[in-house]
Amino acid sequence: MKKENIKLLAVTVAIFVTGLVMVYYVMENPTDSMVERMLSRENIWRAFREHLVIVGVSMAGALAVGIPGGILLSRPRFYYIGKVFENIVNIGQTVPSLAILALFYTILGLGFNTAVFAIWLYSILPILRNTFAGITSISDEVIESARGMGMTGRRILTRIELPLAAPIITAGIRTAIVINVGTATLATFIGAGGLGDLIVTGLSIRRNMIIITGAGLSALLAILLDFWIGQIKLRLVKW
Amino acid sequence: MEVIGYMIHRSEMVQRLFLEHLWLIVVSVGIAILVGVFLGVLISYFKFLASPVLTICQVLMTVPSIAMLGLLLPFFGIGFQTGVIALILYSLLPIVRNTYSGIAEIDQAIIESARGMGMKDYRILFRVKLPLAFPVIMAGIRTATVMVVGIGAIAAYVGAGGLGELIFNGISRTNPPMIITGAIFVSIIAVAFDLLLGWAERAKTIKY
Repeated sequence: MKKENIKLLAVTVAIFVTGLVMVYYVMENPTDSMVERMLSRENIWRAFREHLVIVGVSMAGALAVGIPGGILLSRPRFYYIGKVFENIVNIGQTVPSLAILALFYTILGLGFNTAVFAIWLYSILPILRNTFAGITSISDEVIESARGMGMTGRRILTRIELPLAAPIITAGIRTAIVINVGTATLATFIGAGGLGDLIVTGLSIRRNMIIITGAGLSALLAILLDFWIGQIKLRLVKW
Repeated sequence: MEVIGYMIHRSEMVQRLFLEHLWLIVVSVGIAILVGVFLGVLISYFKFLASPVLTICQVLMTVPSIAMLGLLLPFFGIGFQTGVIALILYSLLPIVRNTYSGIAEIDQAIIESARGMGMKDYRILFRVKLPLAFPVIMAGIRTATVMVVGIGAIAAYVGAGGLGELIFNGISRTNPPMIITGAIFVSIIAVAFDLLLGWAERAKTIKY
């Protein structure tokens, strides 16, 4: 096995083991009955599952819209619209995540769908921007010579533009996923559940063990996903 | 309309929270700049420390903000200090990384010639390295500040004050004008800092 594969495996296993040990420990040694009830296996699993669903659905949606959208905007005829979009996206990214969630709550009401929608919208931004920036930063000569070799537009896109822009696009995905997992912990405030539930419950009944379980699991999830995308990026760059 | 009515009716409270939010940001970014630039300079001299320090900062930044606040709370208690500590930890990575890479990217020939002119190490640092790295460091400070504005809103949940209070209280009282007021002002602060620091960054870059 290659060295980097060992690293990938080792870090993944280490994160999983840390998470499992933590969950096992808090389930076996609750400080009092309230903690015990809150940190039952079903409760932890439910919060974790909800969290995964929020992250998974919004991230898949963001990828499905962000990458094609970025490609579309990078076409020469949409170039100026793309530039305008880039500015809008930059401002949109400056708006804090809590503000986005809160604003959508006032429009769409409480619930899971609102959270997924707001987080989806928020995660599109880095992916869209980086796809656009990655493709438009490729120098014209490269495209010209591909065209000179007789490549059609579609082949230029799949063989030249996307591979060259891949590191920048993956960097965008990485940013998006960290923001996504972080914002998903805030989803609890608008009633969408997730690991934020544990943190907020722990804060309100002042039980550190519950806070640490929720915080630790969401942190581990973010670190793991970030690490995975980073590994994918490394492999892409090497190519 | 309702929102504007609310803003006018509660202008005093909104103003107080606005200033509180600014104060929270200024204190934490100020401390983060001191610590971050110091760390960045340090790891540019001791290269073997660079990778571990940057990795630690990277991991710190990956931790979701409410989780970070939750983890700090048992140690620092409810209030301003917990918020400030979390915000400092978050703003470290962009500042440390940019200080380090800003200094590392300087052409070795420039440093050589500064040494050739008889400059001491600390003079090279303050007269050559830091001024040349300034635009990059500034970009890091900008990233950190914009991020901290958003996390500052979440810090209201652990009693750090600021505009996040409007958002959280608005949600628990189902009071949309309150929520929107909070969200809009937080966004205004973030966008304003972004533009302001972006302008500072460019102004300084052109001069060289």
